[in-house]
Amino acid sequence: MSQRIPVKELTDSFRGRAVGALADAQLRTNFRVAMDSLMKKRADAFPDEEEREGLRELGNHIKARALSRLPDLLEQLEAKLTENGVHVHWAETTEEANRIVHTIIESKQGSQVVKGKSMVSEEMEMNDYLAERDIECLESDMGEYIVQLDGEKPSHIIMPAIHKNRRQVSKLFHNKLGVDETDDVNELIQIGRRTLRKKFLEADVGVSGVNFAIAETGTLLLVENEGNGRMSTTVPPVHVAVTGIEKVVANLRDVAPLLSLLTRSALGQPITTYVNMISGPRKADELDGPEEVHLVLLDNGRSGAFADAQLRQTLNCIRCGACMNHCPVYTRVGGHTYGEVYPGPIGKIVTPHMVGLDHVPDHPSASSLCGACGEVCPVKIPIPELLQRLRQENVKSPDEPAVVQGGGSKYSWKERALWRMWMALNTRPTLYKCFLWAATRLGKLTPKNLGPWTENHTAPVPARRSLHDLAKAHLNAEKTSGDRS
Amino acid sequence: MSARDNILKKLRAGLEGSTPRPDQFDETLVTEPWQYAPEDRIQRLRSLMETVHTEVYTLAAANWPAKVQELLENRRLANLLYAPGTGHGQQLAEFWAEAAAEQNLLAYDRPIEEWKEELFWQVDASITGTAGAIAATGSLVLWPDRHEPRLMSLLPPLHIALLKASEVEDNLYVMMEKQNWPAGLPTNLLLVSGPSKTADIEQVLAYGAHGPKELVVLILEDA
Amino acid sequence: MTELFYDAAPNATRVAPERPGPRTYPAKPPEVTLFGTCVVDLFFPEAGLDAIRLLEREGIRVHFPQEQSCCGQPAWTSGYVNEAREVARAQLNLLDNGLPVVVPSGSCAGMFRQHYREVFAEEPDTLKRVDDLAERTFELTEFLLHVCKVDWQDLGQPTQIALHTSCSARREMNTHLHARELLGKLANVERLDHDHESECCGFGGTFSVRMPEVSGAMVLDKTRSLRESGAVEMVTADGGCLLNINGSLEKQKQTFRGRHLASFLWARVSGEVKS
Ligand code: SF4
Repeated sequence: MSQRIPVKELTDSFRGRAVGALADAQLRTNFRVAMDSLMKKRADAFPDEEEREGLRELGNHIKARALSRLPDLLEQLEAKLTENGVHVHWAETTEEANRIVHTIIESKQGSQVVKGKSMVSEEMEMNDYLAERDIECLESDMGEYIVQLDGEKPSHIIMPAIHKNRRQVSKLFHNKLGVDETDDVNELIQIGRRTLRKKFLEADVGVSGVNFAIAETGTLLLVENEGNGRMSTTVPPVHVAVTGIEKVVANLRDVAPLLSLLTRSALGQPITTYVNMISGPRKADELDGPEEVHLVLLDNGRSGAFADAQLRQTLNCIRCGACMNHCPVYTRVGGHTYGEVYPGPIGKIVTPHMVGLDHVPDHPSASSLCGACGEVCPVKIPIPELLQRLRQENVKSPDEPAVVQGGGSKYSWKERALWRMWMALNTRPTLYKCFLWAATRLGKLTPKNLGPWTENHTAPVPARRSLHDLAKAHLNAEKTSGDRS
Repeated sequence: MSARDNILKKLRAGLEGSTPRPDQFDETLVTEPWQYAPEDRIQRLRSLMETVHTEVYTLAAANWPAKVQELLENRRLANLLYAPGTGHGQQLAEFWAEAAAEQNLLAYDRPIEEWKEELFWQVDASITGTAGAIAATGSLVLWPDRHEPRLMSLLPPLHIALLKASEVEDNLYVMMEKQNWPAGLPTNLLLVSGPSKTADIEQVLAYGAHGPKELVVLILEDA
Repeated sequence: MTELFYDAAPNATRVAPERPGPRTYPAKPPEVTLFGTCVVDLFFPEAGLDAIRLLEREGIRVHFPQEQSCCGQPAWTSGYVNEAREVARAQLNLLDNGLPVVVPSGSCAGMFRQHYREVFAEEPDTLKRVDDLAERTFELTEFLLHVCKVDWQDLGQPTQIALHTSCSARREMNTHLHARELLGKLANVERLDHDHESECCGFGGTFSVRMPEVSGAMVLDKTRSLRESGAVEMVTADGGCLLNINGSLEKQKQTFRGRHLASFLWARVSGEVKS
């Protein structure tokens, strides 16, 4: 497949990376097998459709309610957390967020950071930022650790190393850690456990993400299965949580449905092994836990999405990954094809606000709008509708105001002119009929090569008579025979 | 202007002229599907926890220290971390003295900084209480405090948890209500639903990722 | 249609529309309009004609307004809203006569029923007519099943088929359920499941030309599972998918083919065998 397009021009685009991914048979198998199993797990976790749909509706309501008073909730969260002894910081950009984290580490003369899984820290490229400042920032989630060890980025937001199989992990451990190769997954995990335990012990600062920030009680809730999140937030003397401003919910009870939706949609689990609710630093008489807890609230384009009522729905997301598990495009091309932190359908709708639509101009188009994502999203984000909207923003002419940063980069007067012609054709019956007449008469002349279409198909030949023609003849015949009788 | 002010200003501008959505929380959605008859409640908890490799025993309240000792003996473990300031901690210590048990009791009675290495590498097992359990999801509620610190349920490869049969609730929502969580949460409230695990390699389940490899729950029936 | 917003402010935070209850169907009307759709018009006109025949067989008089063209979907999904809106308006005006509209394509029916609301979101006055059209629009299988309540005698030879449903038809119109039930009425037809049946065939309108490699991988998988189902042929109620699947099969030099459901049904109940 790859020889059809000059790859050189395309490696920097979604399409170019997709070509590479599609050619990698191992990668495709890894994803297909994994996504099939994740889809099945989710289906099994929601045996009752009524229950599931009711809960999704509630999830949607809770997030919408929170967003409808987001600034107030953020202030309430800040006040409550401060009361609980947590330091709250605000950052508009990832640069600012990194600087805040770095300042905290520096103030403790820290040199080692251990990180629980956090997509926001991926957004910040925190590891690189700190490494440049001689601070080691180690991933402790097994999947993240594997990916970091190989100098890669996660390919899935829940299962970062899903693109690798055990043999690839074994080779990696062998090369980087000097251990013997093994096909035993348990053995591989134990290697990770031993290596990382030492790091937890030594770390000066622990960094984590947040799944839900509860305004009512000033609580940061984290879910995980491994225990690395608990390690990162309990063992080092300082805990820094980083999160997007959309993660706040009003009440503790809101968590009950959201948690259930999250863990069942993500991995089909009734609940994760650990649900970790942190409401403050170690108290004077307590024997463990960090002495300092910080929360960094990151905007990074979210307020841009928030400004538009339709696009605001993007911020409902609870990062369960179900949309990518069910996406036929993601399944085939994998997470790295998206070239950004968030892959899959959620990546397509959220990334433009973070990096600008002009940086990911193909994102909205790389979808057949099949709707599988919207159907499974636990908080009912109308993902296909938002993709359609982003396509609109993409082709807006320069003299219309841009709603999304970097909008209008796909504007082309030629394409617009074509659609204008299409419009003329379809709004003027005489023109349309002329077109039908020509197409049906000249069908035989359809060229064999119709660009991209004929890469996968033969050229479609119009029928010799259109339905307009056939129907007219048929209905007239009916009428005459009817009149006769 | 600070980042905070900028962010809040942008958000407020986005909402200009609109009203907050009403609270339409329908609690039946998180309670009704998850209700159990009293006799089924513990069974549900048990079977859910067992599917994720938790060992569950139901026993008369008085017998648990002996059971703990038996668990350690069977596994040939050398020591047990416990919380001396708790009721069950004292009970355990008394039993240990009386039975002249050979496993070493390690009291978590000083700040982690003073014995981090030992806690990390040399403790075989721990025992903690629970603040109840949730049948719907098969979860223990742990409410660590100054007497029973957070890491007790995380660092040792074996974690034994005591659960009163009468403190098993149907679902998370009911648990929050009954214990009135919003009124005051501990530094670190935990739901624990099995031993630590991961499926990050090929989705193959492996236990003992970073936390305990084994979780044993002793359900204590009231006398 | 339910309220999308709690308050009327244009920037009010949106909640998901309430789930629609099961659709209630009217009694069988004496007349309907057939909206042929542009793909059927040009590439599968026989299927459109067979749809007319199926309806007439139920004693319904079918109108086919000669002024009809396209529902506007291609421009809409490509982000050309104004162009889509004008084309949509032309159809809306044309179909504004209160007659039920039957569409032999789930995705176009879905366009009328669901997306015209978005297309005309900024024209409150038009929305009333949009809702009215949505109420009157039926995908062909749905109409035959629930409005005509067809009772068929299967005149064809025993056969085994696979059913492919377009994604929008499945998700917006439940066409997979209607088509299955209709096929279930044919005594000699066995419907075989195929692998990843609910997965997209990769068409997606302009997606198939903008991302030909990804789309190609999808249709390749789809055609493989269709062939491996053991069925003799595939039927579908959507012209776009049919174009995609048959075009790919032909390119692969496979003999297996898909057929529009309307044509398949007509052949079964009329006993006419066409080449
Ligand atoms: S968009 Fe929906 S399905 Fe996708 S990750 Fe977010 S919450 Fe999950």
